[in-house]
Amino acid sequence: MTPALGIVWYILIGVLVAGYALLDGFDLGVGILYPFIAKNDAERQTLRHSIGPVWDGNEVWLLTAGGALFAAFPAVYATVFSGFYLAMMLVLFCLIFRAVSLEWSEKAAGAKRGFRGWDLAFFLGSTVAALLLGVALGNVVRGVPVGLDGEFAGSFFDLLNPLALVIGLTGLAMIVVHGASWTAVKTDGALRARAAAVRSWAHWVFVLLVAVATICAALIVPEQAKAVVTNPVGIIAVIVLVLGIVLSRFAMMRKSDGLAFTGSAAGILGLVAIMAVGNYPALVPALGTPERSLTIANSASSHLTLLVMLIIACIGVPVVLAYTALVYKSFWGRVKTAAGDAKGGGAH
Amino acid sequence: MDAVLLARIQFAFTVGYHFLFVPVSLGTGVFMLVAGRRWYKTQAESDKAGFLFWLKLFSLTFVIGVATGITMEFAFGTNWATYSRFVGDIFGAPLAAEALFAFFLESTFLGVLLFGRNRVPRRLYYVSMWLVVCGALLSALWIIIANSWQQTPDGYTVENGKAVLTHFWAAAFNPSTLPRYFHTVFSTFVAGAFMAAAVAVYYLKRGRHVEFAKRTIKVAIVFGLICSIAMPIIGDWQGRVVGKYQPVKMAAYEGIFKTEQGAGLLLFGVMDPANQTLHAKIAVPKLLSLTLTGSANGTVPGLDTVPKEEQPPLQATFATYRVMIVLGFYFILLLLVGLFLWWRKKLFTERRYLTILAWSVPLPVLAIEAGWFATEMGRQPWIVQGLLKTKDAASSVVSASHILTTLIIFVVIYALLFYAWFRKMRQAIAAGPQVTDGEGYGATAPAAGDAAVVTEEVTR
Repeated sequence: MTPALGIVWYILIGVLVAGYALLDGFDLGVGILYPFIAKNDAERQTLRHSIGPVWDGNEVWLLTAGGALFAAFPAVYATVFSGFYLAMMLVLFCLIFRAVSLEWSEKAAGAKRGFRGWDLAFFLGSTVAALLLGVALGNVVRGVPVGLDGEFAGSFFDLLNPLALVIGLTGLAMIVVHGASWTAVKTDGALRARAAAVRSWAHWVFVLLVAVATICAALIVPEQAKAVVTNPVGIIAVIVLVLGIVLSRFAMMRKSDGLAFTGSAAGILGLVAIMAVGNYPALVPALGTPERSLTIANSASSHLTLLVMLIIACIGVPVVLAYTALVYKSFWGRVKTAAGDAKGGGAH
Repeated sequence: MDAVLLARIQFAFTVGYHFLFVPVSLGTGVFMLVAGRRWYKTQAESDKAGFLFWLKLFSLTFVIGVATGITMEFAFGTNWATYSRFVGDIFGAPLAAEALFAFFLESTFLGVLLFGRNRVPRRLYYVSMWLVVCGALLSALWIIIANSWQQTPDGYTVENGKAVLTHFWAAAFNPSTLPRYFHTVFSTFVAGAFMAAAVAVYYLKRGRHVEFAKRTIKVAIVFGLICSIAMPIIGDWQGRVVGKYQPVKMAAYEGIFKTEQGAGLLLFGVMDPANQTLHAKIAVPKLLSLTLTGSANGTVPGLDTVPKEEQPPLQATFATYRVMIVLGFYFILLLLVGLFLWWRKKLFTERRYLTILAWSVPLPVLAIEAGWFATEMGRQPWIVQGLLKTKDAASSVVSASHILTTLIIFVVIYALLFYAWFRKMRQAIAAGPQVTDGEGYGATAPAAGDAAVVTEEVTR
């Protein structure tokens, strides 16, 4: 029997993953676009500053999701992290480089520098992390070989299967759209125009990939696909995804940056929810041996741990959401151009 | 090499590296807070410069602490999957709580400190400083809770080969949580004080930012001395917990092979694990028994209470513990001399003292690393004291070659990061405290007088 608190934590981890994709998604997207749409030092600085105050907090969603997975479903955390060993390590190296490069690529104001090593690290770290996290989620949808002991029973190359790769690419396109939407909201002038152009064609690519991924899923994991369309929550998730896609395109035609960002955000929520509904009640389906799947029932922590964690979440999450909202409000509006910032001395 | 040993080396390396930066950021965080409070009260430009200077050093170090901290959260799952299965019911919750209560707090409000100076109200900006430092201290608490449970597990039962939580508060505040927490936090404060003192000496010797330097070195000596003196007191508290719950570890620290009554507190000895004996032993008679048991003739269990294969690595545990203790007393002595020179009004002119003080800057971090190694190695062969052995805890599906590969990558990347961090810190210290209106990470614009120094540093 599936324990009620286990279901709550299944949903909460979905919420954390969605929160991560929604928030750090645009940071990663900005990192991917960084070498392509910023043409000089000032524009690069503007891009970095558009995410500067918030990226670190956004990344914490991933750490919280990881910690919550460890606490609520230790078996899943252990199997996935050790099973996807090389991929997870690569994600880790990317996140390390992304973190330090953002801060360390800065120079004293006014210094000429050009595109340098740390800029490249920022780009590569963001791109590879986004792609790999997508492929990892794709594998969780497709299912992985699980041994009798509940351990991962495949190899690194098992992870590079068609469905996982398509889902990974879809995620990458989604993050590019989201990052471009964010940039269009946060910047001005030429940078904004270039971001809007990327947003438009990346959105078509995203729509195409969603279609391909849907077909692949229907063929490769028909039961999960069926579970989505027969479940009311799944149907709502599909509607949210489609509405998000349509809203984005509509907003682009109306040149409304805020609405386009809302659309890409809705798309992300829809996609994560679809995956969560499709897999339920399994966190990691076992490929070919459904009885070995890691489910809520067989991998959840004890009732007491789940309860304590829920209390912790009920205290912590509202507080975090409140001050996160406060900080986003404080940094509302377009980032001032870097050149203006450096010159504007003594105003305060 | 076998996978478990490689996984251990990788964990020791990555956590040891991570902990080079944690003390520096926690320690400089305190100085940032002191400078920020001063600026908030006086609103003077010079005090703003002082705060921005500490903010710069703090954020440079904080970011590498964050980046290398992610490694640790991944490592339990990637390299120690069997351990994670065994302890997940208990160990995961503090990690999740750490992210929720601490990581969000510190990273969100550090964003405000770095980018919000001209955007948020003055009061909120000031509160943000407190929240960043509180976040860092809270983060330390949760991770210490997790580690302490490995040392002195409580509030659990073992079911189907897994530890299961039975009492949250007993598990969280297990016997060693609080002493370990204060021991760790105060040690980072000592590291911060030495860092601040070294920076002040750098300016004093060059005749730059003299007012700032004089104020900083005074705060550093007083604050450093208070924390250094607190260390042996807290250490004694923690020592008694070790003696009670991990007697084998205590025996390894003190080189006690045979169970003794009226054991002395060791001052010097040469460890000989092969012959299971301690040479050239100098000890204060009966003091160890007195502190551990409350009675001068109390019994202190020796290493002979467990089979030889359940003894920790004796040479390493013994040596790192001694290094920590000796350094701890060296800090007290050095800072007392500073206080004395200050009283004789010679503090700023006694160049030899200033040189020694400045060059002592890595020693508190060394002491912290030594203490960490002593407490972790002293627990061996257990990963969770008495419940799970380290050799049974690694991921079964990860091959030695994979661990070796990632270990090499870690070494290369971490060496690169260390070089970059060190350079950035030097540049920031060379640039010195100065007022700037820019926002963001690179806000320290060179002021006219220091431009030459910065250029020199940058072109190097």
